[in-house]
Amino acid sequence: MNLIKTSHNRRSFLKTSTVAGGGFVLGFSWLTACQTADPVKEAVVKAMPKEWFNINSFLKIGDNGIVTIMSPNPEIGQNVKTAMPMIVAEELDVAWEDVVVEQAPLNTKDFSRQLAGGSQSIRHGWDGLRMAGATARRMLLEAAAKQWEVPVGELTTSEGIIYHKGSGKEMGYGDIASAANGMVVPEEIGLKDPKDFKIIGTDRLNVDGKKIVTGQPLFGLDIQEEGMKIAMIVHPPAFGMKLKSFDGDAIKSMPGITDVFSINTQPKGVELQWSDKNNVFPEMVAIVGESTWQVMKAKKALKVEWGPGSKSESSADHEATLTKFMSQKAKEVARRDGNPEAVFASSDNKIVERTYTAPFLAHNTMEPMNFYANVTADKAILNGPIQTPEFAEKSIASLLGMDPEQITIDMTRMGGGFGRRLYGHFVTEAALISKQAKSPIKLVYTREDDMTHGIYRPAYKVTYKAALDADNNLVAFHVRGAGTHGSPVFANRFPAGAVDNYLAENHTKESNISTGAWRAPRSNFIACAEQCFLDEVAKEAGKDPIDFRLALFDKAIANPVGEKNDYDAERYAGVLKLVKEKANWSNPANGVHRGVSAYFCHNSYVAQVVDVVMEDNLPKVQKVHCAVDCGIVINPLSAKNQIEGGIIDGIGHAMFSGMTFDNGKPDQTNFDTYRLIRHTEAPASIETHFVDNGIKPTGLGEPSLPPIAAAVANAIASATGERLYSQPFIANKKVLG
Amino acid sequence: MAVYNLTINGKKHQVDVDPDTPILWVLRDNINLVGTKYGCGIGQCGACTVHLDGNAVRSCSLPVSKVAEQKITTIEGLSETGTHPLQEAWLAHDVPQCGYCQAGQIMNAASLLTNNPNPSDADIAAGMNGNICRCGTYTRIQAAIKTAATKMG
Repeated sequence: MNLIKTSHNRRSFLKTSTVAGGGFVLGFSWLTACQTADPVKEAVVKAMPKEWFNINSFLKIGDNGIVTIMSPNPEIGQNVKTAMPMIVAEELDVAWEDVVVEQAPLNTKDFSRQLAGGSQSIRHGWDGLRMAGATARRMLLEAAAKQWEVPVGELTTSEGIIYHKGSGKEMGYGDIASAANGMVVPEEIGLKDPKDFKIIGTDRLNVDGKKIVTGQPLFGLDIQEEGMKIAMIVHPPAFGMKLKSFDGDAIKSMPGITDVFSINTQPKGVELQWSDKNNVFPEMVAIVGESTWQVMKAKKALKVEWGPGSKSESSADHEATLTKFMSQKAKEVARRDGNPEAVFASSDNKIVERTYTAPFLAHNTMEPMNFYANVTADKAILNGPIQTPEFAEKSIASLLGMDPEQITIDMTRMGGGFGRRLYGHFVTEAALISKQAKSPIKLVYTREDDMTHGIYRPAYKVTYKAALDADNNLVAFHVRGAGTHGSPVFANRFPAGAVDNYLAENHTKESNISTGAWRAPRSNFIACAEQCFLDEVAKEAGKDPIDFRLALFDKAIANPVGEKNDYDAERYAGVLKLVKEKANWSNPANGVHRGVSAYFCHNSYVAQVVDVVMEDNLPKVQKVHCAVDCGIVINPLSAKNQIEGGIIDGIGHAMFSGMTFDNGKPDQTNFDTYRLIRHTEAPASIETHFVDNGIKPTGLGEPSLPPIAAAVANAIASATGERLYSQPFIANKKVLG
Repeated sequence: MAVYNLTINGKKHQVDVDPDTPILWVLRDNINLVGTKYGCGIGQCGACTVHLDGNAVRSCSLPVSKVAEQKITTIEGLSETGTHPLQEAWLAHDVPQCGYCQAGQIMNAASLLTNNPNPSDADIAAGMNGNICRCGTYTRIQAAIKTAATKMG
């Protein structure tokens, strides 16, 4: 058992009140929410507790032993709402079937980092969640020891029952929860040995699964409140334009329309948060009315005059600037090892140089941006889908001149995030509209609003250059990257550290098109470029692509170059070796063409092998083999789901998707023009294998996405001989028809 | 505005709305059945799929004035207790990630199985091609439909 100080986050474990609202009514499926992996099995239905006892901020225990565990972080489909409470339940030592999960509201006093981003919820939450369960268990034991007048060390627990072997006594957590509530929080606490885990590492169904498949209200768009009106925005039709005037009176007479006015979410003097700064449309028109359809119709009918704000930009200009950068030395040298220029200049070496390009991407969460707000003179009540509730609270406090204590933010389940809901301008918009309309409102973006008011994945370009010596050793490596608002290059990632002569340079293209984090920022492009390039270099060197990479990792393990390498070469090589074995790399079936790729990001390691077959002379992805090292896997069932989703998402966007602009105006406005991967285009089979190493867990929301596009492109190259350099790949008609 | 009498999930409802109001918004705003989702408004994503006399339709593009006597079934009415073989298979395969598109996926799959009780892999993929899942749960959707088809036999 590991002892751990509870000082970190200690305030989370202190009691808040003796009894928390006894006997309130929970939804219909609350007792079946956490049933076992066999959904057909009848859940054991216990009676509802008459009283709940708060043990700490993370959990309360009912008088009958039912436990409510709060999930502190926003749920965007990464399934932390199941995984985080599993960690608490493990250390508390209760049966998962007795657990009810609730989404915590924003509560900066009791919880830290209530944010969905960077695949960090589990990694950052791990220690605190374990302590929450362990300290609560300890307090229950202390209370039982006091009641039975026996030493606490003689007590054991199993699935919510406390046992005293000497006397044969036993009691449930519910019987002692009231007394435990008064116990002192231990200064130091023992945590379970991972080999004793009963819940962590087992398949557990999504706690919201039943509600999802029966269509219960879960999402922000599902919110219905008494007196609530519907609000929509009309924003500039092109980047670079701004609001000049509008004819609100002309639509006020339309059925159901109650208000038309302009708003500004970034007036002078307001304190902008990190999450506000990417928003380039602070001024817009708001329309408020009785029903969604009525407001949609008024929105279409509204006459608005837009004026120039800054110089508009087209995709062609943008592409030309990025191309120009590729032949220019950058001012920003991110890393230099050895003397790459001299090695590239030597005529003894073979040089390989390739350039890779990718367009802007929209996030396109299936649930468009929306938020509920009810702002009155002295308080603001907000509810909806937001990945950064703490930033939203600060933005609203500054904008409305309120104290954070006057603001309540609840979080709904989100219909996708992918980074888009990190930028909560729609929360401040909702708050301002509610304040001005003097009514509770639900702000709803149409799909067109959502796609054309994007915080897009930047457009990127990168040129790689490699030098192979006479023995086909990689002796120099140069990467020069450029992108909208920043370069995609991570200077200290592989193959930095494995090559003696290395240079990384960054160009930045400024733009008035708003960009930001999109699932696995920068990695989502650079992994594909880097892993496609290494594949070509391996081929030039006459080496097997996996063996070529493994040799580089051997060097990074034995004799690393530089000190800042931000990866563990052994774990990196580990996933490659595992996927090589599981895919039976050396012996593909007849007609199967293969590509490999591996990448490290968001603290996790992923390697993939893709099987491509030719159908009607076109390459088709048949199967993906995937090896993952994310340390301890909390919930293998949903962990695999995340891996599969990232793979399909990565294939889809590299293959089919892109945003382009014409004088600042988005060319794509809805799913008829913006192509997303569909069912027939997904691989038939994805096989995921986890490295079992007992290391502290890291995240899974992003890491499987970055490498997959390269694995696909490399497999297509082995099938057809055609290399793919420019995304979306489908634009290359010769290869994909 | 005009008054319409609708049969939704076996119950009669009367609504007073504009004749061009899509059924999607009648369900969500007037009847308070929010399981049917808004995704694109142009029939491209399938999140709004409901049944009209048992056949899958995109409710975002179906005006209330065109429904007449036809019976509407939504995800809330697919089964009384959420135990339709597709709903059970969706849980068993732990299909959803964010979950937003899944009601539309299930409604589309239910219609698919009614018309083709024993679909091949290709039939399923083609039949589900109008429903986008942004999280990429297609392989699990495929497996869940196969499981449900076997069970419904």
